[in-house]
Amino acid sequence: MHSPVEQFTIKALYALSLFGYDISFTNSSLFMVFAVLLSSGFLFFAMRPASIIPGRLQCLAEMMYEFVANILDSNVGKEGKPYFPFVFTLFLFILFSNLLGLIPYSYTVTSQIIVTFAMAFTIFIGVTLIGLFKHGLHFFSFFVPPGASKPLIPLLVLIEVISYLIRPVSLSVRLFANMLAGHTMLKVFAGLAVMMSGAGGIMVAGSALPLIAIIGLTGLELLVALLQAYVFTILTCMYLNDALHLH
Amino acid sequence: MEAEAAKLLGAGIAMIALAGVGIGMGNIFASLISSIARNPSARDEVFGIGILGFALTEAIALFALVIALLLLFVF
Repeated sequence: MHSPVEQFTIKALYALSLFGYDISFTNSSLFMVFAVLLSSGFLFFAMRPASIIPGRLQCLAEMMYEFVANILDSNVGKEGKPYFPFVFTLFLFILFSNLLGLIPYSYTVTSQIIVTFAMAFTIFIGVTLIGLFKHGLHFFSFFVPPGASKPLIPLLVLIEVISYLIRPVSLSVRLFANMLAGHTMLKVFAGLAVMMSGAGGIMVAGSALPLIAIIGLTGLELLVALLQAYVFTILTCMYLNDALHLH
Repeated sequence: MEAEAAKLLGAGIAMIALAGVGIGMGNIFASLISSIARNPSARDEVFGIGILGFALTEAIALFALVIALLLLFVF
């Protein structure tokens, strides 16, 4: 029997190397391509009629669009409009890779820390640059909380800088750990079912229990997949708001 | 103490963080329930914020889990 973390191993499907670096096409890359193709294909086919009275698919696509537009609007306001394409793409990519991972024998792209960290760090650098370009050196007033008493300011600035720098780590670990823990838990219960059915006797009848638990947990994982895509998006919007409006 | 035993103990101790997460999550849902009970018309608005709080608190538990996994499998 495979171990519960076997599902996270990366296998090279097509070996490639460039300047001594391993850039093989792996199962992770394959599912990233799937996520991109599915999300863009879905939007393309759903919006192809582009009718005034939308059909079911077009309704779904429009609801997703409005959902992300509402998040951006309520967190950032009017100034956030130019960043909508990026936020919407981010939401769709995370959503589709989370949902694809729930299919048995598939691979969860977001269960690798490097993938989520790359996304979170890109957002961190981008947001910091936006703040620097918009406010210039005034951007650093972000680290001084308004209304703080003078003697406390050095300590508060230190805390604020640390909490600012830790953002990409917490943003990426949140998504990665949710996916890792959820999928490991599913496989642990599946392993329990296999072990119980192999034990013989009354245990075989009891092996139905972990199977029922898996059904419930899959529902929970579906909720987590949707929720984490939402949380990642809303936190991106909050960071963007901080950069655009400072306080 | 042997290094292997210390590793297992450390992973177990890391999971004490779950106590704080339990308190936090209980707090979130307690205030969510009481705010909906006081003003049922605010349900849709408050529910979204509550779920966001739930996801952010749950992440703390998973940070602890990551530390435990690091202790067990990486070091």
